[in-house]
Amino acid sequence: MITLTVNGKRHDLDVEPDAPLLWVLRDELGLTGTKFGCGIAQCGACTVHVDGKPVRSCVTPMAAVKGPVTTIEGLASGLKHPAQQAWLIEDVPQCGYCQSGQIMSAAALLQTTPNPTDADIDKLTNICRCGTYPRIRKAIHRAAANMAKAPAAKGAKA
Amino acid sequence: MNDVVLSRRALVVSGLSVAGGLMIGVPLTAEAAMQPPVMADGTNPAKEMTAFLIIEPDNTVTVRVPHQEMGQGTTTALAMLVAEELACDWAKVRVEYASANRNEQSGGKLYGRMQTVGSSGLRTSVAMMQQAGASARERLKLAAAERWKVDPADCAVASGKCLHKASNRSADYGALAAAAAAVQLPAEPAIKTPDQYALVGKWTPRLDTAAKLDGSAKFGLDAQVPGMVYAAVWSAPVYGGSLKSVDDSALKDLRGVQGVVKLKDAVVVVADRYWRAKKGLAALKIEWGDGGYGGVDSAGLAAAYREALDKPMSTAEKKGEPEAAFAAPGAKLVEAVYEAPFLSHSPMEPMNCTVALKPDRADVWISTQAPMAVLQQTAKETGLKPDQVFVHNAFVGGGFGRRGGAHDELIQAIAVAKQVGKPVKLVWSREQDMRRDRYRPQAAVRFRAALDAKGQPQAFQARVAVPSLIRGGNGPQEWQASEPMATECIQNSFYAFPARDVGVLLKNSHVPVSFWRGVGSSQNGFFMESFMDELAHAAGQDPYAYRRALLTARPDALGVIDAMAKQSDWGKPLPKGRGRGLAIIEAYGSVSGQVVEVSVAQDGKLSVDRVTCVLDPYHVANPNTVTQQMEGAVIMGLTAALWGEITIKNGAPVESNFDRYRMARMGDTPKRIEVHLVPSGGPKWGGVGEPGLGPLAPALSNAIFAATGKRVRRLPLMHEDLSWT
Repeated sequence: MITLTVNGKRHDLDVEPDAPLLWVLRDELGLTGTKFGCGIAQCGACTVHVDGKPVRSCVTPMAAVKGPVTTIEGLASGLKHPAQQAWLIEDVPQCGYCQSGQIMSAAALLQTTPNPTDADIDKLTNICRCGTYPRIRKAIHRAAANMAKAPAAKGAKA
Repeated sequence: MNDVVLSRRALVVSGLSVAGGLMIGVPLTAEAAMQPPVMADGTNPAKEMTAFLIIEPDNTVTVRVPHQEMGQGTTTALAMLVAEELACDWAKVRVEYASANRNEQSGGKLYGRMQTVGSSGLRTSVAMMQQAGASARERLKLAAAERWKVDPADCAVASGKCLHKASNRSADYGALAAAAAAVQLPAEPAIKTPDQYALVGKWTPRLDTAAKLDGSAKFGLDAQVPGMVYAAVWSAPVYGGSLKSVDDSALKDLRGVQGVVKLKDAVVVVADRYWRAKKGLAALKIEWGDGGYGGVDSAGLAAAYREALDKPMSTAEKKGEPEAAFAAPGAKLVEAVYEAPFLSHSPMEPMNCTVALKPDRADVWISTQAPMAVLQQTAKETGLKPDQVFVHNAFVGGGFGRRGGAHDELIQAIAVAKQVGKPVKLVWSREQDMRRDRYRPQAAVRFRAALDAKGQPQAFQARVAVPSLIRGGNGPQEWQASEPMATECIQNSFYAFPARDVGVLLKNSHVPVSFWRGVGSSQNGFFMESFMDELAHAAGQDPYAYRRALLTARPDALGVIDAMAKQSDWGKPLPKGRGRGLAIIEAYGSVSGQVVEVSVAQDGKLSVDRVTCVLDPYHVANPNTVTQQMEGAVIMGLTAALWGEITIKNGAPVESNFDRYRMARMGDTPKRIEVHLVPSGGPKWGGVGEPGLGPLAPALSNAIFAATGKRVRRLPLMHEDLSWT
């Protein structure tokens, strides 16, 4: 048995230590908001937070998960995370498949860098084939501005 | 416009209330997406206003859309068209997919072809959706008049209510819907003219955004079916190759593995979890045949397409006397050969399919651009009747033509499900997805033009060698024939060439090809608009002014190119090492142009600083989503122009994942992408999903020429040395 805490809930799972976190989330726990895109940590569609830090869950074996996991489903209730709010206002998604990973990466960036510059944002490597990058950039700046205006929003679980 | 008229008529004939049939709706709104897909053995006709509309007692309006949502915003735009005519409260509108099965039962009359290809989602359904809204509105009005015993002519509608001013009475649509469903109209009402639009044309947030921000939006890959097993696939590295032998002895120690399914050209491992199936696949020792194509490589293919330019061709267009113009004394001849490689679609959601088979029924969960094609293919593979097939189409995690009908993963999933006797979810790895794509065609074109003393083109000639998208199966074949996709942006060019000669040889290799966003316009746009730049340069004229003079018979194109020049600061001097390039095409019923501004360092390092997009689609339903399509087309076009290339070695694709098939990321994205929509009106609606692709590569390479004097005639750009002194 492997114990895994996801979005605040504890699970005892009968899975192998080398099972990738991505597929455990999707197929064991039914949390399909985290997506499979490449399987080699290139695209970031599978990004979740482990202990608050962004990881590519497709290449993260269960044995390497040493802290609580947050997925897109647990980022905030009712789209309340500043990144989700900003994504909504900028109407970012097109096909939407990569957006869970994009939001999780942006949320992690905002946690460590509350007022990111364009150069900081350029370091995000998540792939969006539809090309929503211009709107993602705007949304991250908007989220940062809103967090600065309302410091309480920083408390949103990231 | 014939199609439009026909679909309007079909709608009237169908009586708008085809009851019965199994209705499967995939809800698209955030809260609705939380619920499992609704499956009922028959629709309640009293609840359903028409096959396109449900108006609930609480005034919620559900619009059934006959096209797929793969990011292009069509579902929101189609709902806007209905809401515009219906005069309902937009805040209460939601959308769901129309049922392919129900459409099949109606003989395809109810929702038409239901394809989302060729930038046609809106264009082909605009009249149908407007009529559905207008017809419902009139029937609600008649129901209200009947209830109040007043003249319908004295009734009005506004924001989801019927009103009778004289008696100061009003009733919600929700309260009238049941009665209205029984009303027969003597004739279909007229639809609004564009000057009457209140919602259409306004920047409107997408209806599917919220569901895509919290993980609740369901894509094909997210299907969960009780009792299903998972399947991982590995296909022959060489297309046309077959499976020779499999050693599966290593599988017996692996947990959860349930078996191996051998297909003609693929091996599938079935397990209780996907990662276990994938691990099993990696443990197999497989021997493949190469179908005799093991000696084919990219250099050989490129040479074959160049050599094909000298072969006899089919004449696709001939006007005037090109031979005479080329032979005219004093004519200045310009000639160039252009080449483009295979490109992968690589949608972010890899191909996948879930099937559940019963003796009298098949259920398919799939991300598709063509549910009717899925239905037919499933019927063919299972032996069931098409009306026994139920397609649960979900949000599509990227299409770009890849999911337009050739669903190899569907055929595999059915074969596996038949063998294991359980529901199967079959998932392609990224490697399988990229190596077994059906690519954008490799192509070569030779252009010739004869310019007069003033630099004006008197004759234009093109020789096109490109694979056929609609003929033949796999394997090398040639046809002295043409097809529309082969010559998009070359044939019937909007430039005023007095004499024209366009020849085509359709030439396939063993590498399969398919429709890729923009189709022929994506590579031909690069060829044609780069060559136009060469002509302007040969004539010693400004590339904008040169094109403009050849477009005077086309006010729409003039409107676009003038807006391009104005919005991009065309003509404003730039320092050495920087340059602007422009390109304009006509594709999918729209005119689309872009101006790209670049910096090229002396060592050749390229930076794309600014892209100005101008689109005339004649009408715009939702500027928000049309703008998104332009922004996205620039990024996708940039990936293709800079790095896009599937290389063939020993008969097999080399690139298999994003580490070697580079995608534009945030840091590659130009800081300024500006979109200007200039709809010029008129009877037709243009497409928006694809026209933005074609101009990017030529505008970019023309900008590089302006900055460095280096002309790029072959993509991708990463192979070019752009250094200058």
